[in-house]
Amino acid sequence: MSESHLLPDGRILRYTFRERIVHWIAGASYVYLLLTGLAFWSPWLFWLAVALGGGTVSRELHPWAGLIWMVAVLIMCRMWGSELKGSPADKAWWSGIRHYVRNEDDEMPLVGRFNPGQKLLFWGFFWCGILLLLSGLILWFPSSIPWSLRFLRYFAVIVHPVAALLTIGLLMIHVYMGTAAERGAFGSMIRGSVSRAWARELHRIWFDQIVGGGSARK
Amino acid sequence: MSQATLEIRAISGHTGSVPGAGVKRELEVCKLIDTTTCIGCKACEVACLEWNGLTFSETTFNNSYQTMPETAWNYWNLIKFNEHERDDGSLMLLMRKDQCMHCEEPGCLAACPADGAIVQYTNGIVDFQQDRCIGCGYCMTGCPFNIPKFSPKARKVFKCTLCADRVTQGLEPACIKSCPTGCLHFGTKAEMKELAENRAAQLREHSGFASAGVYDPSGVGGTHVIYVLHDATNPEAYGGLRKDPRIPWTVRLWKSPLKWIGNLALIGGLVGIFAHYMLFGPKIVKEDEEKPRQGEKQP
Repeated sequence: MSESHLLPDGRILRYTFRERIVHWIAGASYVYLLLTGLAFWSPWLFWLAVALGGGTVSRELHPWAGLIWMVAVLIMCRMWGSELKGSPADKAWWSGIRHYVRNEDDEMPLVGRFNPGQKLLFWGFFWCGILLLLSGLILWFPSSIPWSLRFLRYFAVIVHPVAALLTIGLLMIHVYMGTAAERGAFGSMIRGSVSRAWARELHRIWFDQIVGGGSARK
Repeated sequence: MSQATLEIRAISGHTGSVPGAGVKRELEVCKLIDTTTCIGCKACEVACLEWNGLTFSETTFNNSYQTMPETAWNYWNLIKFNEHERDDGSLMLLMRKDQCMHCEEPGCLAACPADGAIVQYTNGIVDFQQDRCIGCGYCMTGCPFNIPKFSPKARKVFKCTLCADRVTQGLEPACIKSCPTGCLHFGTKAEMKELAENRAAQLREHSGFASAGVYDPSGVGGTHVIYVLHDATNPEAYGGLRKDPRIPWTVRLWKSPLKWIGNLALIGGLVGIFAHYMLFGPKIVKEDEEKPRQGEKQP
């Protein structure tokens, strides 16, 4: 929202260095969690754990990677929370979601820095993350859960994979959108910047805030 | 087990029939624990430690004769002592040797994600292979009897092996060998079941225990450790022996329907994304629509 978002080369800064670092800490830890988690999910994928140093190592490090991921998500929550808040205008965006899916973006309502789909994605990750953390702590220290509280373990073994599967669904959409589908998005998370046209076409309200509102007309 | 292949088929220079020929070998082993003749001497606890090379660990005194509250990763055999008041006001000291039940449908094995860490032999023994164990502890959640225990030092899970090493050599488990009253028996499942039922009938008919019976819970497909109880209708009185133990329903849900639903969803997601790209392709913003003007950068 400030002049510092307008870069000397005419591009617009979408993600600061800090934001990018936090994102990639979450990304790297998530990939490790995904690979080791899938190894524990299915015998057909247990070779992933073997490739990553063995089942014992994977089991030891998986919870730690989970903590790193969770901390990164909480920092994101602080960084982006206000921009990720839902608004009444989101409804119109969702009712036109089919245009978004068909790349008819001209038909879509104008959005701010994050569109409602991105908001849902983040909060999906966040709440699944909370469930994964709570169930994961139980799975991390099963010996600390006394026999009389075993229902907690029973709850954890089902909540953890369900929440993880939901995040994998979100991740598929996220990676697809961020790399193949929305050209320019991946670069914005690496070098931080997007073109003026990209910001104007896909995040008009945010673009207007940066360039000073005057360019609301096309 | 492998002994089955060593059954004699032919003998050289032998007159008469081959011993054992045509006899079907009973492969399923079973331990029978008659709680009505147990005196709580704990010889089985000591024998278990000795045979399995476990050192005696610290005991926990809790106003009872019991060694510790529950079995431990290095204490696989524990007699549970329970004072039980009967309906007529008389007191009974119930003693039940607690250890792995060697379920026909083991919850530990169902829950374990590590290749080959838990094996079930044809003879019914369920054994942990610690070199394959990754220490996740899922077996502890799958077990309905609270038996597998995690060793913080080894980072792996341990439990009673039913002395698989002794059994393969034709020996009885160490606990059986040490029992001075003969309340522990070892043999085939069919033999033990018969012996147990006879003893239960004896208790019902001659000893005034009208509801004496055999504990061989069907919820886990039967077990390879069975009990004779004075009161089979109330196993909970024997240190929390569960009336109808089953693999927790969340473990079954997780290992069966959820696995397939999840796998289909994962594959469906990938296919859907690929289909979307083929149908609609990427969002490409035309860069030439509005060229950045020099004037706009500097306010």
